[in-house]
Order: sequence, then structure tokens, then C-alpha cells
Amino acid sequence: MKFFHLIWCNLKRKKLRTSLTLLSILVAFVLFGFLASIQQALVGGVAMAGADRLVVRHRVSIIQLLPESYKARMERIPGVVLATHQTWFGGIYQDPKNFFMQNPVVPDEFLNMHPEIILPPEQLADWLKTRTGAIVGRKTADRFHWKIGDRVPIQSSIWSKADGSRSWEFDIVGIYDGKNKGIDTTPLFFRYDYFDEERQPDRGRGLVGWYTIRVKDPAQAAEVAKRVDQEFENSSAETKTEPEGAFIQAWAKQIGNIVFIVSAILVAVFFTILLVTGNTMAQAVRERTGELGVLKAIGFTNAQIVSLVLAESCLLTVLGGVLGLGLACLIMPVLAEKLSGLLPLFFFPTRDLLVGLGLSVVLGLVTGIFPALQAMRLRVADALRRM
Amino acid sequence: MAGPINWFSQVFSITKFGLLSIPQRRGAVVATIIGIAGVVTVLVGVLSIAAGFKQAMTASGAPDSAIVLRSGADSEMVSGLSRDQTRVIADAPGVARTAEGPLASAELFVIIDLPKRSTGTDANVPLRGVESAALRVRDNIKIVQGRMFEWGKDEVIVGSGAAQEFAGLELGSKLKVGRYEWPVVGIFSAAGGVAESEIWSDAKVLQAAYNRGDSFQSVYAKLNSPGAFQEFKDSLTANPQLNVKVSRQSEYYAEQSEKVTLLITTLGFLIAFLMATGAVFGALNTMYSAVSARTREIATLRALGFGRGAVVVSLMIESLVLALVGGAVGGGLAYFAFNNFHTSTMNFQSFSQIAFAFKVTPALLVRGIVWAALIGLIGGLFPAIRAARMPIAAALREL
Repeated sequence: MKFFHLIWCNLKRKKLRTSLTLLSILVAFVLFGFLASIQQALVGGVAMAGADRLVVRHRVSIIQLLPESYKARMERIPGVVLATHQTWFGGIYQDPKNFFMQNPVVPDEFLNMHPEIILPPEQLADWLKTRTGAIVGRKTADRFHWKIGDRVPIQSSIWSKADGSRSWEFDIVGIYDGKNKGIDTTPLFFRYDYFDEERQPDRGRGLVGWYTIRVKDPAQAAEVAKRVDQEFENSSAETKTEPEGAFIQAWAKQIGNIVFIVSAILVAVFFTILLVTGNTMAQAVRERTGELGVLKAIGFTNAQIVSLVLAESCLLTVLGGVLGLGLACLIMPVLAEKLSGLLPLFFFPTRDLLVGLGLSVVLGLVTGIFPALQAMRLRVADALRRM
Repeated sequence: MAGPINWFSQVFSITKFGLLSIPQRRGAVVATIIGIAGVVTVLVGVLSIAAGFKQAMTASGAPDSAIVLRSGADSEMVSGLSRDQTRVIADAPGVARTAEGPLASAELFVIIDLPKRSTGTDANVPLRGVESAALRVRDNIKIVQGRMFEWGKDEVIVGSGAAQEFAGLELGSKLKVGRYEWPVVGIFSAAGGVAESEIWSDAKVLQAAYNRGDSFQSVYAKLNSPGAFQEFKDSLTANPQLNVKVSRQSEYYAEQSEKVTLLITTLGFLIAFLMATGAVFGALNTMYSAVSARTREIATLRALGFGRGAVVVSLMIESLVLALVGGAVGGGLAYFAFNNFHTSTMNFQSFSQIAFAFKVTPALLVRGIVWAALIGLIGGLFPAIRAARMPIAAALREL
């Protein structure tokens, strides 16, 4: 620590060069924050999956419906605690661009199944009393300035009512929050009984989209999944059951291998920054050959010389990293607002913030090591002669 | 008279001098070039995804073909038309006719879960039921392997993109649809269009397997001419028996690709813009150190009577040359790494997979080079101004 002043002065010697290098490191870390947020938005849902939950869908594809009567049969299967269903409603609020999900659910079962959704008890009580009641997530409520008591019309692209109209009206009785930032609070949930009684009798009445099952013991999940699929084998609607995490992951992978694409871009970015910073450090050491010779002559050990150079490069990258990550923390919430329609789960996770900090240290070590070794290998006599 | 010529020769000699000194500052120069190449590679690479996706979607519709959906349906998946309605549509004015009847195909569009080869996880693969006019409504369909399925038989043909991207669709394999097993009897191409991502069967066969009764989801029609579209549309929208949305196929597919293209381009530009900012700092760094290494030379030249303008311009040219080299390297890299890279993605608007290939188009390469040039110019400008402003006497004293 007593050499901190020396290191700091060395960095300040070429202010312009140091600040430009610092700025490119900063930009790299802002980009890191941005890519981490994109990745979070696209594949982060997997981490939010319940380990004790399974998703059951029609074996041929998710657009095929399953009978509502499967619920009772599922709950009779050993290891199953609870089964509840959802259905894709495919509604549009005013403009197709205002996309968010709306699904009919059975209120108490749904909230029991999803403890990560937080709804005040009095709002649940209202929901149970109001047949046309719906609860909506904080994000969507804020987006359209909906309040409790509002009546919102939604056009379904899939479901028409018995009278042929496609416009459904819901009374907002509750606004829910997520247990943490990773929970999507854009969907709207409304009552299945209202939905089922109103929809056309010959078009899907008594049929639901998919089921979520809670198992007694997560370790038995695979076993239970197999039992569920066996139960419905050779029926008109065979099922495919898998852990919720696997289901969400497969869903994200439908887009493509996002993790791979993001990593590839990050490698390109950091390789570039590595070159820029490495070049700065190499120049710095080259310019200071004479001084390093003096330091050695007055008794600095090799280890001390290496540490001096490494400390300088790490100080540079960590400073750039902290500033860049800090800036990312400020920018991402603003971007999240702008992108909320396209990517509702866009945010910069704390886990990646820590990874970024670690990365800045690694970047400093890697860029500093070659100049440091070069400095260490200097022979005092040669170095002094070059002064 | 000698003025401009003299000026040009000044610029020329300083630039030559600068470029010849590059080997002495290899490290910094390579770092700049690679930095700029990185920006261009990522920019062109990401945008080539959007370009390829868009190309696949827009290769799908000739100007004289139309698609009819239920009104209010924003994709085929959620549309629905009865047999009577599809007959009225096929008989509408403007539809081309042959001896066998109108060139209109009433179709079903559903999805089937099949594992994606690249990830091994299930994906929504589009499965389309068609009528016999389908092959003439779309004039770009060609069977490239095997044969066409027989009408009324439980057989399918598979688009070449789908066969490549999803497992279990090779010629001769069997597609399992619930309790049915349908042999794959042919592979077809569609001039790179979206149909290549699909599996096709006889609409009647699909109706039975998916419990669709005698209903359809869309009608594809070939018109007498591109100009006949308005007449066709007007007659359908005016018909009280129908409640439909009529679009040109090209417009429908352009609309269907809108969201994904917008998402990819927005993200791509943001990433490339940030990277470009970083590269500008890198380029500035290189040019500043180039200038400071040459303080004495530049001062000497100025003392000999070289003008400020010549110094600025030649340093900018030097920076531009480095940037263009970086841009060319980046563009080339993007071209060889990404052009025609086959993949598939989920199109949220149609709720199904689209197989497509990345397209590094000439327009994208030009865009990459323009970005590189801008980085080079910004990166060269400030150091050049500093060099030109240097007081000659002080700089010479550093000798």
C-alpha cells in the first residue's frame, strides 16, 4: 500500500493516454452489463423455475389443448400434491404492439402453486368474489396506468364469446408484485370459470392449455413425470411432462443458442480491450525503462517490480471496470423501460455485476503480466545505460 | 498556381512518412486495427442475422399472390375459416383459374414439437396442410429429393430448412403425430422462402389428426395479375358472408417478420454503437501516441514551411487508412464466419420456428466500412489538430 502513491503518479503521468484507455475499458464494461441484461431477459427465467414444479403439455404441441378433467386424475397420482392449469388467451389491448400475456387461471390454486407472486390478501378476497375480476402485474399496471377498479377491454385473437364477440372485459381487482426482480410482472390473470362459461360451447369449452403440477419431493420429479405421462398414454390427448426449469429452458432455446451468441460477442469485446490496455501498459513500461533500472539499483526486488507493474494495470482496469459497471447500473433501468414491450425481464443481475468486477481484476492481471515480466527481466546496467 | 499542387505534395509526403513509420509502432497499430475490425465484425454479424431472417420471410411472396385470414387474426395460427368460407374465397373475382379450378389452396397451419438439432430441445415446428393448388399458388416450390406426397394418404414432405434444423425429418423417416406415424416421402425447396421451414401434408389428413373437422385457417390464392389484388380484396371485404382480412403475401410476411427483425437490429445497433465508442478511444490513443512520437519530425516539417492544413489532413488520412484496413478485415471476417450460416429461430408472431441463413449483404459490408471510416476520422481528428497547433519552437527544443 505504501507504493500506492507511486502507482497513482505513474498512471497520471500520461493523463490523456490513461483516460482514453480508461474510457475504452469503461465502455467494455457497460457493454458487459448490457449483454448480461439481454441474457437475463432471454434465459433468466430458468433460475426462477420451481424445483418442485412440473409442466404438463399436450404431447404433439403446446397449441393442442388438454381436458380440464385431467386435473383430478393428476392429483390422484402418487407424489402429486397439486395440479392447476392455464390457457393461452392471446389478447390484444388496444394495439398489437402492447403485447403482454393474459391467461385464465383458477385463482386460489394458481396463487398456491406460485408463491413467488405476491398479492395482498384483501385483493385475493375481492378476486374470489368478482367473476370478471383479474389481477395484473405491477409492470403492466404502471405501463397502462391501470388502477384497481378499472375495467379493461381486451380483444382475444383466439377465443370468441358465445355471442361471437371477441372483446372481453375484465375488472382489475388486484395488482401483484414479484417476490424478486426476476419474476415477470407483465402478465394478467383472470378467472377460468368466467372464461369457460363465456366462450363458445363448441370451441374448446372444458379444454385448457397446460398444467403445472407440484410434487411432494423434488428428488422424485422425474418419476412423477413418467407416471403422469403413463396415466394419459393412448388417450386422445397424450401428455409430455417435464420439470418447469427444463420447459422454460427449451422455450428460451427456441430463439437460438443465446448464451453462445452473447459469450461470443463478449469474447470479441474483451479481446479488443485486452489489446488496447495491454498496449498501453507495454508503452508505459517501455518509457520507464530507466526508472525501473534505478528502482532495481536501489534495492527493489524482482517481486516488487512485478507487483508494481501489475498493480498499475489492475488499478487501471478495476477503475475502468467499476466506473463501467456503475454506469451500466444507471443505464440498464432506463433501457429496461424502453425495452419493456420486447423484453419484460431485462435487468442487470447482481450476480453478473460481481462476475464483472472479477473480470476487471483478471483483465488487469492478464494485460499487466507481460510488461511486468519484461520489467523484471531488465538488467540494471542495461536499463541505466538507456536513460 | 503552384499552391494546390504544393499542398497536395505536402500531404502526400507527410502521409507517406506516417505510413512508413507504422512498423515502429506495430503494437498500437495492430490494437487499433483489431479494435475496429471487432466492431465491424460484430455490427455486420448481428445485422446479418436480421438480414437473413428478413430475406427468408420476404422471399415468400410473389406480388400476384394473396393470403386470406379471419379478420382480427394477426397470424395463421389463430385464424379460422370454414369450408364454405374458403369456397367463397376461391371463387372470388381476380383469382387465377385453370381447367382444374381456381388457383386457391385452403390451408391449415399448426405446430408440432420436434427436437432442434443445435440445442436438442423441443421446438415449435410448423406443420401445414395444403390443397392440390398449393404448388401452383406458390410457384417456387421444388421437390429436391424423393417425391410429392399422395393426396389423401398419410404422408408428408419436408422443407429443406426444416430437414436440416430439426431431428427426425430425413427422407424415409417417420413423423410421429400423436398416435399417427407419417412417412417423410420428399424434401422440397422454396427458393429460400419461409415454406422451407415447414412440413407439408394433405389438409384433409391434418384435419383428421388435429380434430379440426372441416375447418381451415387460411386461403392462399394466385391472382390474375398483381393489379387484380384490389378487386379481389374489395369483393371479399364487401361480402357479408365473410369477415376476413386480405393481404398480399409479401406484405403479410413482411409484417410477420417485423418484431424479430426490429429486436435484432435494435440490439445489434446498441451493441455495435457501444463497441464503436470503445474503438474510437482506442484509435484516439494510437493516433495521439503516433503524434507524440513524431513531435520533432512534425515541428521540423512545419519549420520547413509545411502548412497546418497539410499536417491535419495527412494525419487524418493515416488514421482513415488504419480504420479502413480494420473495416476490411472485420467485414471479411464477418463474411467468412457468418454468411450462409444456417440456423433457425422462434418467430413470436407466428409462434413457430423459421429456418434461415445469415446474410452478409453488400449493403451491410458498406455499412461496416462506413462505421470504420467514421471511427478512423473521429480518432484522427483531435490528435491531428493537436499536432497542427504545436508551437514549432517548443517542439524543436525537445530535440
